[in-house]
Amino acid sequence: MRLTAVGHSVQRKDGIGKATGAARYADDLVYPGMLFGRTIRTTVPCGRVKGVALESDPSGFTVVDWRDIPGRNAVALLELDQPCLVEREIRHAAEPVLLLAHQSRDALLEAGVRLDEEPGVPVFDPEQSPRSFKDILIEKGDLKAGFAKADLILEGTYRTGAQEHVYIEPQGVIAVPESDGIAVYGSIQCPYYVHKALDVLLGCSGRHVRVVQTETGGGFGGKEEYPSMIACHAALLALKASRPVKLVYDRAEDMLATTRRHPSIVRHRSGVTRDGKLVAMDIEVILDGGAYVTLSPVVLSRGVIHASGPYRCPHVRIRGRAMFTNTPPSGAFRGFGAPQTQFAVEVHLERIAEALGVDPVRLRERNALRPGDLTATGQKMGSDCSARAVLREAVRRSGFRRKRKAVADSGRGVGLALYWHGSGFTGSGELQLASRATVETTPRGVRILSSSTEIGQGTRTMHAQIVAEALAIPYEDVEVAVPDTAVVPDSGPTVASRTCLIVGGILEQAARELRATLGDRSPGEHHRRNGPLAVTREYVQPEGIRWDEERYQGDAYATYAFGCDVAELTLDPETWEVRPAKLTVVVDVGKAIHPALAAGQVEGGAVQGIGWALLEDVVMRNGAMANAQLTNYLIPTSADTPPLDVTILELPFAGGPFGAKGLGELPIDGPAPALVNAVRSLGVDLRAIPALPEAVMEAACASS
Amino acid sequence: MRFILNGEEREVRSAPLARLLDVLREECGLTGTKEGCGEGECGACTVLLDGAAVCSCLVPLAQTEGAVVTTIEGLGDDHPLQRAFMDEVGAQCGICTPGMILTALSLGPRPSPAKLRQGLAGNLCRCTGYEAIYRAIRAAT
Amino acid sequence: MLRDEQSLVPLAGATDLYVSLNAGTLEGRRFLNLWSLPSLRRIVLQGDTLSIGALATYSALITSRLVRARLPMLVQASRQVGGLQIQNRGTIGGNVANASPAGDTLPVLAAVDAIVVLGSADGERRVPFNGFYTGYRRTVRRPDELITAIEVPAVGGAQWFRKVGTRAAQAISKVVMAGVRGGAPRVALGSVAPVVLRLPGTEAALADGATIDEAVRTLETEIAPIDDLRSTAEYRRRVAGNLLRRFWADTAPA
Repeated sequence: MRLTAVGHSVQRKDGIGKATGAARYADDLVYPGMLFGRTIRTTVPCGRVKGVALESDPSGFTVVDWRDIPGRNAVALLELDQPCLVEREIRHAAEPVLLLAHQSRDALLEAGVRLDEEPGVPVFDPEQSPRSFKDILIEKGDLKAGFAKADLILEGTYRTGAQEHVYIEPQGVIAVPESDGIAVYGSIQCPYYVHKALDVLLGCSGRHVRVVQTETGGGFGGKEEYPSMIACHAALLALKASRPVKLVYDRAEDMLATTRRHPSIVRHRSGVTRDGKLVAMDIEVILDGGAYVTLSPVVLSRGVIHASGPYRCPHVRIRGRAMFTNTPPSGAFRGFGAPQTQFAVEVHLERIAEALGVDPVRLRERNALRPGDLTATGQKMGSDCSARAVLREAVRRSGFRRKRKAVADSGRGVGLALYWHGSGFTGSGELQLASRATVETTPRGVRILSSSTEIGQGTRTMHAQIVAEALAIPYEDVEVAVPDTAVVPDSGPTVASRTCLIVGGILEQAARELRATLGDRSPGEHHRRNGPLAVTREYVQPEGIRWDEERYQGDAYATYAFGCDVAELTLDPETWEVRPAKLTVVVDVGKAIHPALAAGQVEGGAVQGIGWALLEDVVMRNGAMANAQLTNYLIPTSADTPPLDVTILELPFAGGPFGAKGLGELPIDGPAPALVNAVRSLGVDLRAIPALPEAVMEAACASS
Repeated sequence: MRFILNGEEREVRSAPLARLLDVLREECGLTGTKEGCGEGECGACTVLLDGAAVCSCLVPLAQTEGAVVTTIEGLGDDHPLQRAFMDEVGAQCGICTPGMILTALSLGPRPSPAKLRQGLAGNLCRCTGYEAIYRAIRAAT
Repeated sequence: MLRDEQSLVPLAGATDLYVSLNAGTLEGRRFLNLWSLPSLRRIVLQGDTLSIGALATYSALITSRLVRARLPMLVQASRQVGGLQIQNRGTIGGNVANASPAGDTLPVLAAVDAIVVLGSADGERRVPFNGFYTGYRRTVRRPDELITAIEVPAVGGAQWFRKVGTRAAQAISKVVMAGVRGGAPRVALGSVAPVVLRLPGTEAALADGATIDEAVRTLETEIAPIDDLRSTAEYRRRVAGNLLRRFWADTAPA
């Protein structure tokens, strides 16, 4: 049957507000009697707070410390270890200690606060850390037997650095006291995460909590967990002052205090046969989790599951550890562990090809997963396994082989990377989330109620397309409710490439059920005649998915999307600057619900990957980010971004809405290894990112 | 301080050293101009000052006497660039879009790819990878 | 006004104002607004000397026929000083007065032996650009003086400029070099010392027919690069040497 909404680049549900200035982001909102908030933070990376006090004239100021917390002094996430406000023990620099609010922003900024700290001895090196947040072991086959079959054994250590999200809209919320509780409006990816954190913070005080997402200027995972912290702070101030409180960070505070991508050290020891078959992979993954648990166990989980790459190998061991250090906690960032571990495996594979004298494409073709193959966790690949298809198309389209042969003459490096990305929460995660979404009738059609947030990736539009198609009604008749926890059910967080596959899937089921109930009637007609009708559906795990959390065995994800990048670049002989010339990207996402929005995700994710690989460097000094401004933390401008040639293949996944898999994170997995492999093709032995000119210079001089 | 704001004469009373960005957003109530960094690096606060694209986070009110200031609101709600940015997905999250549109406007009709690449280098976008922004500007100019 | 209230800080394009204010590095709190002084914007030829008003913005320099014809490396520097928005507001006078060792126009002015024109209630005086800086962010400008113009004598020979950063469009340089190869070569470097530097030893070596390797070794003795947030001393040292080689190769007579 011909699709009328899905698969077309229909007019977006966002309207034109983003382009006219009418769209309202958190800092655009003003409430009568509103106060501004400010956070006083630690300066030392560990130790104790001996005292903190406002030294200015206190009139007009609302002051909050940990004693004002009615419930639990914790920002609830996976665990309750992270305090909302420091009581005494300091675990990282920029940890929040005191909150101030005042009607005048000037008075607020000029307020003098005295903070007495007693410094301790910090741990900064994750490999020296005494404590891990999580350890994971994946085992397949018999490693020793595997190595015994190898003709060549190659080892290597690969490193990736932290990365700042640099959503162009810094973080912020406004807390507004309501008669029976508190409402928080803000730049938020996961309203229900914030809701839960407020419940824990405020305790069983009978207060009603409501969280509403405002138009959000980018998230990339950075607004998954941290908004809970800001919301808790703003709520405490608002409740104490009985006034609305706007707490918005400027760029420097945002970079200094909020989460960033986990830095990684990944060690590989691999055995291959002479003709390039992988027979043994021993991988060690170390992530720097910072000072509190936050989401490190889950980042580690995704990281280790993806660590052996989209390849088949009979004997695999992957050991992962997420370590404690005295730095601001690392957190969710697009890719969530997979970019880090896939950087390592793809550069390692390149080195294997170099050592064997084998063509890098042949090496990957030989070992790429095919339908029927088993992954490291023992998951059997289905017909939606498209590793070789994307590889072939990327190689063909980019002219990889011809360009690779010409490297010496052209002085233009060319490298490739093959990658995969599981869609949805790992293992039993989706079952535990038990997400729900609702389709209800309106006088004009239907309305979607879900907590999935639009953060630029096209949630509103894509969900409306799915519902319109499944209900067989015009796309124009579908509206999408604002994610307001007072109104919408908990559809789980807007993360993990699940918004289409999982939540879109639930909405598709709800829409189909509604259609069955309506018969031939239009929903608007039914609504006008019989009153409102709502269908709520919950996530149902697909048949046959099995996951063993103890042994880390089984079906880690319902499906994987696949991608292959070819990077072409030049290396400046005088300055060692890496200049990307072109990036060819081929991805298979099952089905592009909105082709233009899908292309946008691929292009944007690719450029974020380029930035992570070549430009973005978090400089830490005594446990704090020393270059917390955009002058010194560099993301790609238009002048730094090479032409992108993007192809989206659609090899349908039967378990996804209209064949769709997940898409949002996949594109950031490819560029970094592709670029580094392109640099390698010029004879420079690079194994770490960011590949800043200084680092390339050192590697180039060592290689020659 | 008096200046022409989106075609109309406007008098404001903020302090001379107040940033034009804050005057526009607060005293004038026009929140379409955004703050992304406060240091003139991201371009989200771009307005046209006497026709030239500038970062309003770096302009002291004292230097706007008699100037012609154009913000995104000055383009109305149906300008070809605005429609193109939505249709071609030149805007994803939209926070950089007002500044991006104004800079694009200042580049004149049908800018070449090279001129676009260089001309937009002072407007950071984290969502799109810039390709769709070029598509949008090409479609509208 | 400056004479009467000596703590007034002259304010031109203000591209550094709020950054310094927020960082707490700005000493003044009272400012003298120069923005709307048309007499300080003019770019004219006076005999054989190019006179550039202190308030000429980078955009004005880029589009000026006179500057393009006579000092094209200043156009190059102006194009790379930052995005369009910075080019539209930043001024050459501001760049000179701000006295950052990384100022992009400074090596250009140093290499062409420019002259800084200072005006005050007592009149005007001219100071050689290569005597204008006395130390890190310190100049000979008296508190009652304003930079009114930069004068550039005719430049004989090929001009060469390169700004090095991590990114194609970059605010602050890691190394920035300008060179003139005419009768006697002139080479200036920024971001490798507390002030912008001319390299008399290197220039003499090149003029005396030393090999480029020897000249690079001399260059390395004349600079004092440091490790900082943006780069390393070693990188700056190596790149400065490479830039000298590139300058010499690019400007070699055909």
